[in-house]
Amino acid sequence: MALVERLQVTTQVGYWCGEIPLEYIYTYGRAGEAFYRTLIEKEKILGAYCPQCDAIFVPASIFCERCFERIEGNYRELEPVGIVETFTVLYKNIDGTLKEKPELIAMINIKGAVGGLLHYLKEVDPKDVKIGMQVKAVFKPKDQREGGLKDISHFKPL
Amino acid sequence: MLDPERIKNTATKLSFEDIQTKKVLSFKYKPNLKYAWDNGVAIGRYLAELKNGRIIGKRCNSCKRILVPPRLFCELCWRPTDEWEYLKDTGTILTFVVSHVNWDASRVKPGQRYHTPAVIELDGAGKDQGILHLINEIEPYDIRIGMRVQAVWKPPEERIGAITDIKYFKVIGG
Amino acid sequence: MGLRRVAIVGAGITKFYRYTQETPKELAYEAAKMALDSCGMTLKDIDCVVLGSAPDAFDGVHMKGEYLLDGAGGYKKPYMRHFVGGGTGVLSPIHGWFHVASGMFDTCLVVAEEKMSSAFPHPAGAFLTIFDHTTEQPLFPTLIWIFAIEMHRFMHRHGYTKEQIAQVAVKNKKNAIDHPSAQLPGEITVQDVLNSEVMAYPVNRLDISPTSDGAAAIVLAAEHVARRVTEKPVWIDGVGYCLDTAYWCNRDLYYPDYLEVAARNAYQMAGIKEPSKEIHVAEPYDPFTYKELHHMEGLMLCRRGESVKLLLDGVTQRDGNLPCSPSGGLLGVGNPIAAAGLMKIIEIFLQLRGEAGKRQVPGKPTCGLAQAWGDLMQVGTVVVMRI
Repeated sequence: MALVERLQVTTQVGYWCGEIPLEYIYTYGRAGEAFYRTLIEKEKILGAYCPQCDAIFVPASIFCERCFERIEGNYRELEPVGIVETFTVLYKNIDGTLKEKPELIAMINIKGAVGGLLHYLKEVDPKDVKIGMQVKAVFKPKDQREGGLKDISHFKPL
Repeated sequence: MLDPERIKNTATKLSFEDIQTKKVLSFKYKPNLKYAWDNGVAIGRYLAELKNGRIIGKRCNSCKRILVPPRLFCELCWRPTDEWEYLKDTGTILTFVVSHVNWDASRVKPGQRYHTPAVIELDGAGKDQGILHLINEIEPYDIRIGMRVQAVWKPPEERIGAITDIKYFKVIGG
Repeated sequence: MGLRRVAIVGAGITKFYRYTQETPKELAYEAAKMALDSCGMTLKDIDCVVLGSAPDAFDGVHMKGEYLLDGAGGYKKPYMRHFVGGGTGVLSPIHGWFHVASGMFDTCLVVAEEKMSSAFPHPAGAFLTIFDHTTEQPLFPTLIWIFAIEMHRFMHRHGYTKEQIAQVAVKNKKNAIDHPSAQLPGEITVQDVLNSEVMAYPVNRLDISPTSDGAAAIVLAAEHVARRVTEKPVWIDGVGYCLDTAYWCNRDLYYPDYLEVAARNAYQMAGIKEPSKEIHVAEPYDPFTYKELHHMEGLMLCRRGESVKLLLDGVTQRDGNLPCSPSGGLLGVGNPIAAAGLMKIIEIFLQLRGEAGKRQVPGKPTCGLAQAWGDLMQVGTVVVMRI
């Protein structure tokens, strides 16, 4: 039997407002801690090398996700340069309002590694960006680094 | 078979101070999780009646319960429910709690009243058919299971159509 | 029934702490790798992965199943996530059991992980939203309320006292001293429990298991693989799971009917007619002291109203006739929501193999049971194992 009762008058439609009132503090983990400290102190990207798969994974991890071997400590410091694997131009904010200026986001494959980082591309016009373009990281001044991905301010063409 | 040495090395113990003092790095984030939950037919009527100072339920003729909060289908008999029926705003305490903690695990401050929520079986709804609400106008530790209670409503101009239109239930004699 | 026999062949578990540095992925990896190493298998030998983890709201990571995938060994494998509140830990092996018993896969890696420490001000705040958002949440309920409400009803119907129920905490925390993962082991007395801070009468602080971060994992294998991999496979002989209505105010909370249904299903599958005699060792879920007793009755390990007598007579101690929670349970070892139930499964696995070390119950048990419970007091999940 189907439910047959329906509201007949639109003003009877009601809703109750609420929220999930939590905030989060995420720790980075053992490998993540090393990754972000390397960014702050050495301006290098930390990857982890898996001998079985013969690949360096970025960001560094304590395990290789493909063969499940422990690669904790097999860290390699890589130069913060890479190529643009793909990119897009953002015109709107997360709440739907228009951005003042369009923003470039790119997936940057770090040189020497499998994988890379998602980050902003600046100091380049969107129409000049090409897949395969070489870029390098621009870091925030050392005293402004907090231990997060934004310690890299953006990537720019080499 | 469990290797205690290996287990010890699996996790690194931290304290909240380690995060505050940046002994370990972390990232703070508050997601924007706001909702407007559609009431639907049944809860819509329930809240509208609460605004009028009345509690309404919906009868299931199969199991003979008066369901409160009302639902369009009975989850036990798995069929649509039947007539709407008003319930008295009196009932019996089935169980209760004296809570010294708030919703976020912080402690109730000295001088503030402890929270005393209870499951109250409303008269006429059926055996064990209760609703969750608060008890007041009695010392928390004087409450007993089985006490008779009655709703204390907000004045009509303050009611908005919410479960909080009933301020709390108070203990009555008999 | 046409289903194949499935055995647990390996197990791994991390240490449980209130705050850990490790990310959820790293915790899941530590447990999963340990489980694989314990039976000499690699990820290549695993056909599918199932993962149990409690709501995304605790970690603040949406679609957490997919997030945890690489840490759980799910890279490019058939992978499923399941969740039923606190019952998840025992639903995990059931979920994995389906994969193997059906004949679709020969091996399954079962992982359960929880990192509750990311939520602020306190993970308990996430429980605000399991209540009905319109008719209950405006009263700002907390999970402790409903536990206290259930405990109060349980005590009222049977006439149990707090002194009696507190013995569960004394027993379990003492048992946990011998568990390598334990977060809060220790020797306490009934008076310690009664003197501890009142959270919500009748629940005191030492009546409650702690919030924890941790992970656990087991490896399941079909019979022909299990016999190659280990000399002592532990067979999953009975499974049961059952849920009750979310309208928790509309039923009498003193007895978990849904758990009895789940237990009957599991016993029927396992061919058990008298659980109190045929189950040699049990791990009933004990997030709160009274819950172990509540569940013993629901599992029909004793008659209704008799669980306290068994506790006081020492029957549920490790050297008693029906040891309950020899691991130390959630009260002693810790409560990372999903991993806690799997910790109990691992305990029975070890007990039946005689490998539980100092926690080993005497008498060479051959049949054991682990049970979990959760949600808005809704779900009972039961697994019966034999060696």
